[in-house]
Amino acid sequence: MRFGVTVFPGTNCEMDTYHALREVIGVQTDYVWHQERDLSRYDAIVIAGGFSYGDYLRTGAIARFSPVMESLAEFAARGGLVLGICNGFQILCEAGLLPGVLLRNAHLQFRCGWTHLRVENAATAFTGATTLGQTLKVPVNHGEGNYYADPETLADLNRHNQILFRYATADGDVTPAASPNGSVENIAGIINRSGNVAGMMPHPERACEPLLGSDQGAYIFKSMVNCLTAGSR
Amino acid sequence: MSDQVWTQVGLKEVEYRRVVEILGREPNHVELQMFGVMWSEHCSYKHSRSTLKKLPTKGERVLQGPGENAGVIKVTDDLAVAFKIESHNHPSFVEPFQGAATGVGGILRDVFTMGARPIALLDSLRFGHLDDAKQRHLFSGVVAGIGHYGNCMGIPTVGGEVYFDDSYKGNCLVNAMCVGIVEPGKIRKGIAKGPGNPIMVVGARTGRDGIHGASLLASAEFGEQAEDKRPSVQVGDPFMEKLLLEACLELFETDAVVGIQDMGAAGLISSSSEMAARGDVGLEIDVRKVPAREEGMQAWEFLLSESQERMLVCVEKGREPEVEAIFEKWGLLSAVIGQVTDDGMLRVLDNGAVVAEVPAHALADEAPVYYPESKEPAYLADLRNFDYSTVPMPEDFNEALLKLLGSTNIGSREWVYRQYDHMVLLGTVVAPGADAALLRLRSAARPGIHGVSAPEGPFDSEESGTEGVPTPPDTTRTLGLALKTDCNARYVYLNPRRGTAIAVAEAARNCVVTGATPVAITNNLNFGNPEKPEIFWTFDQAVEGMAEACTVLGTPVTGGNVSFYNETAGEAIYPTPTIGMVAIHENLETAVTPGFKNAGDVIVLLGDTKDELGGSEYLKVIHGEVGHDCPNLDLALELKLQRAVRTAINEGLVTAAHDISDGGLVVALAEMAMAAAEGARGCQLNIFATEGRLDGHLFGETQSRVLLTVNRDNVMRLRSICIAEGLPHRLIGDVTADGRFVVAGLAPGHESEFIFRRQTLIDLPTDDLAQAHKEAIPQWMGA
Repeated sequence: MRFGVTVFPGTNCEMDTYHALREVIGVQTDYVWHQERDLSRYDAIVIAGGFSYGDYLRTGAIARFSPVMESLAEFAARGGLVLGICNGFQILCEAGLLPGVLLRNAHLQFRCGWTHLRVENAATAFTGATTLGQTLKVPVNHGEGNYYADPETLADLNRHNQILFRYATADGDVTPAASPNGSVENIAGIINRSGNVAGMMPHPERACEPLLGSDQGAYIFKSMVNCLTAGSR
Repeated sequence: MSDQVWTQVGLKEVEYRRVVEILGREPNHVELQMFGVMWSEHCSYKHSRSTLKKLPTKGERVLQGPGENAGVIKVTDDLAVAFKIESHNHPSFVEPFQGAATGVGGILRDVFTMGARPIALLDSLRFGHLDDAKQRHLFSGVVAGIGHYGNCMGIPTVGGEVYFDDSYKGNCLVNAMCVGIVEPGKIRKGIAKGPGNPIMVVGARTGRDGIHGASLLASAEFGEQAEDKRPSVQVGDPFMEKLLLEACLELFETDAVVGIQDMGAAGLISSSSEMAARGDVGLEIDVRKVPAREEGMQAWEFLLSESQERMLVCVEKGREPEVEAIFEKWGLLSAVIGQVTDDGMLRVLDNGAVVAEVPAHALADEAPVYYPESKEPAYLADLRNFDYSTVPMPEDFNEALLKLLGSTNIGSREWVYRQYDHMVLLGTVVAPGADAALLRLRSAARPGIHGVSAPEGPFDSEESGTEGVPTPPDTTRTLGLALKTDCNARYVYLNPRRGTAIAVAEAARNCVVTGATPVAITNNLNFGNPEKPEIFWTFDQAVEGMAEACTVLGTPVTGGNVSFYNETAGEAIYPTPTIGMVAIHENLETAVTPGFKNAGDVIVLLGDTKDELGGSEYLKVIHGEVGHDCPNLDLALELKLQRAVRTAINEGLVTAAHDISDGGLVVALAEMAMAAAEGARGCQLNIFATEGRLDGHLFGETQSRVLLTVNRDNVMRLRSICIAEGLPHRLIGDVTADGRFVVAGLAPGHESEFIFRRQTLIDLPTDDLAQAHKEAIPQWMGA
């Protein structure tokens, strides 16, 4: 089993993601340079956070045109697991691999801090190790994480159980105050219809060790490993 | 204003005459520009150089002291820490967002040019009070600019300080500190050597931005028209710098680099002349070979441009293609612009024609050194006469505490640090909001290891597609770094010498309460115009106080920055010698934080409390007074305190620890309660006020005090540690579960001094304290 972590110019969470996967979860992991066209050796690709191409033009808007994104679309079409974290989520939305967009935070400021995520669907490749309704303490770090989708798309996402996480209080209440960015329906993470491409604004790789304040982000990576181990996909 | 040639470049006539003497002729226009900028205060330290010699700079751990781009200290045999603090005050006042952003960019380059991977940023900020719209504009712009640059670079901003005082109204302070890690054998220096070796410019193109930033902006006071200097502020591109960082670290993995220096203040001219002077060689460079952003740039503009995100590199001859390949991979430019020579001259060509030729040493090392006139300021005597015994006692201590907690200097800084990525690189064990930031030193973040290097380590022998999950390697590295910037400038204003010694002691104490051992400092000396005798006296005294404290506490100075001319319309800021402290934590497993942990723990006060109200936040916030003198400081006692605290923490006795500073004992206790774990958010305290003013005991700022909490079973062991050090200590109360913050005063009785009177002074829900604390900045800035 082998994970790949993408590196675009301006990506800055690749070392953290690599560390979490390789040193904490214990899965083979490589860095994948943005000009890479062959993803055949990987079982899962994590698009790490940061400011790809300086976030110029629009977050994720330039990265989606890089060679690795072309191969990633094929990889996803073949059923490979793809997780986009933060800027990775933005890139997946720009690339059309996930619906919706990430707008500027409603309060217009960058926001870094701990949030709690309520698991809305525990039967996915990314949440299989969690239980429905469980809250996970995972931090956010973004200026543009305000998820938006038109009402039709939103209804569709809900109908097909594609909401993975909503921002909630530590007790699991989904309240406006629990959201760090004003996301519609407190959405923090979603999954595509076929269940192999997920995006989330919070950073699970920052919450894999108790020393750093939480190890509950590890559930997400463990879910992916479990899914691949079981070969259930 | 004279229109003499020298004044146009910021030189004095006597300095111009000296240039003529060195050259044996009149300098031409380009040469005059070169001297103007290199002999500016900002680049030459001509008014501070002689005074700075008083500072201790040597120590067992010091691998690189002052004189390079950053200082370096040894942590272990294979790990060292590079760090430095630098000001960007004037640019930030003129253009807060870009000024602060490029301040961060500059200090990052100073650290990674040493071969280190930056792992943390801290910022020490000062503004006028937020009731003024201009100050809110400066504050929000500076915070956004710092966030913009650091967040995009992926370097966590883990700490710092923010102070508000109207002395900074016309001249805000923005001091940025960066810390990086490097292997001791791989430290890079800003040196050129080996005649014939090529000199390369790498990174961004050069434009006309930032010209005269160092000389005319940073080395002069502000008048009425500060905003006219906006064109001298550079514009930063953190994306470009991120690429430059990764490319440079990749380059350092080769042995192609002889020396490298950031092209920061005074750009090409300062980097080239300093590199040549350090290597005792000459350089010949052709400005037309520098990649330009625009057409028609003049030679002197190339030399003085402060375009950001550029480095000057001296490369081993023949290795240019390797360098070019690495920079090309990162989408960056590199260009050979000249070579090392053996004649000691800095020779500047413009398309092959010589336009300037001066000795490199003359530019870099031979600026005049001044011994300015020094005179004790008259204001000090007036301040000393202030008698705080005439100040009325507050009627309601509840109200006084809430007001202090809700004031901008004591209130929560969350509004600031939530705009900074303070977690990236997975090192942040104690985030902003506590005493000092505490970082894990992690092998995976060690220099040179980057994304695109070939995978290495235990898994690589295995083929891809191997089923199952290998056993994770042991990642328990317990080594850590505690970091803090600190300066109570009001103390320095009241007493430059002792106030500065307190700044050092306090920064050290902040680190010690995590369990760490302070090892070195960097400093940022922000003062007014040194040509005024009263300002220079203050500066000189401050440096002496710093030298004294650093010597006793064993924290040599490895470098820093002097920022003079922080004045507007003749009004100087409070003298502000900011201390950037670095401390090593040997075992993060025992690290402690300020918040109460368990109901039933005993609260112990280490150190002695006197009713010292001089210079206190309480006097300023509650009574609107600034006066008398700063608190006393006994460095021998400070050292004992720090040893005792560290011993207790390292033995695992301590459940929470917090330094007592602004707002005194009661504010420190409130901070511990507000940061407490669930079920431990209250306390019951008894404060003995046997002599002096009661408010002095509650809110006075006596130095060398720390609050600890311990399990009741460990009290005797803690006492024996204190007794062994001869350290005063007292059990003052208990952590409770009821969520109430209760302080009772005990004073000698009226009938008999042995029968104490007990009086409840403060009784408030901790949630109310937290609410006031949280709103301190948002009440001005919005949520």
